[in-house]
Amino acid sequence: MKSQTNISPLNSNRLITILSIMLIFGALWTFISRVPDSSPRQAGPPPNPKEGFTAPDFTLDLLDGGKVTLSELQGHPVVLNLWASWCLPCRKEMPAIERVHQRYKEAGLIVIGLNLTSQDSELDVRAFVQELGLTFPIALDRDGAVSDRYQLLGLPTTYFIDQSGIIRSIVVGGPMSEATIQSNVEDLLQEK
Amino acid sequence: MFPYLRIGPFLVQMPGFALLAGLWVSTTLIEKEALHLKLNPAAILNMIFYGLLGILTGARLIYAVQNLNIYLSNPLSLFFLNTSTLNLPEGLIIGVIIAYLFGRHRKLPLRPTLDALAPGLAVFMIAVGVANILSGNAYGSPTHLPWAIYLWGEYRHPTQIYETVAALSILILWKMTSTESQGSGIKLLQVVALSASARIFLEAFRGDSSIWPGDFRAAQIISLIILALAIYLTKEWGKAELTTSH
Repeated sequence: MKSQTNISPLNSNRLITILSIMLIFGALWTFISRVPDSSPRQAGPPPNPKEGFTAPDFTLDLLDGGKVTLSELQGHPVVLNLWASWCLPCRKEMPAIERVHQRYKEAGLIVIGLNLTSQDSELDVRAFVQELGLTFPIALDRDGAVSDRYQLLGLPTTYFIDQSGIIRSIVVGGPMSEATIQSNVEDLLQEK
Repeated sequence: MFPYLRIGPFLVQMPGFALLAGLWVSTTLIEKEALHLKLNPAAILNMIFYGLLGILTGARLIYAVQNLNIYLSNPLSLFFLNTSTLNLPEGLIIGVIIAYLFGRHRKLPLRPTLDALAPGLAVFMIAVGVANILSGNAYGSPTHLPWAIYLWGEYRHPTQIYETVAALSILILWKMTSTESQGSGIKLLQVVALSASARIFLEAFRGDSSIWPGDFRAAQIISLIILALAIYLTKEWGKAELTTSH
């Protein structure tokens, strides 16, 4: 095919000159805009339900008694799974979460099943946990404040949080495959 | 920010929707440009299709290879729709190679084909900007400028809007100069070079840059390399085109 060229040396040279000037200024700009050591990001990101930010803190009652405070789990990678007993994809992915919990708990992984109790019933939650044989702690969000803080848009939603309390990955919707959970957990454990 | 839209039991991911819409507009423009350059539009659209398929398949396979033991014990997980288990940079390389091989197999002329892709790339960059506006990704660093937006707990540079405006400007520039050096491959190089330049400048306002040794922002270094390569090819292809036309 013959191209429909009407290129002139002037056009081509002009373009190369403009782009070369951009390259020189770009290199200078890249040097000037390096991230200084004293930037806020070096001090740790603020809490936000978003990858790269600190996971918003909470203290909640556990189904089997006692309380859990997220910030007290720093030093451990955490899988935080938000769920409800009426949510079908939550039910489907729970056995995989339980298996991952069993496999990695000795390595320091902490799994928390955060139930949206404000939209659920504690009786149903207990029956669900017994039926599926879940052994990880179930936190009860009775007033929905934590799901609000996490700007929850869909169930299930899972946060993979590193040992510094920073969210590394978020999976909205489900069911997640066991490989998805496992690979995210292994990434967290490798950072330890 | 408007990341999800609930329609009955379905949760529509709006950024993904914006990318799909962008892809549709891109392919429409590419088809028009291919006809204008007297190329076979069907072959080019097929090349794009196989390229995209290569990106997705390659991204998942590379991720699976990196987590081989996990996927060997759960092979069906390869087919789960989940964007968090894709390795997109490597997938992109595989997709480009597949598209190139397909183009060669169908005897598509390289440089005119690249020029046909130019408006599609420019439009897709706009779609990426819109997707980032919807998701809140690619967010800016904190600022007190009057046009700052409140996002992720702070007033920030609206970098998603900056990048959308930059991509739109590049598309307009392509349109204004679309009669020049058609079919030489330089139109695509121009879009690539301008997009890389925009990234070098705008990355400085990002609050989520990956940092490389020396406190350099990774995206700026990669964009500088792409820009240098685009300049080199513009020079070479410009020379070759002049030789052909004389």
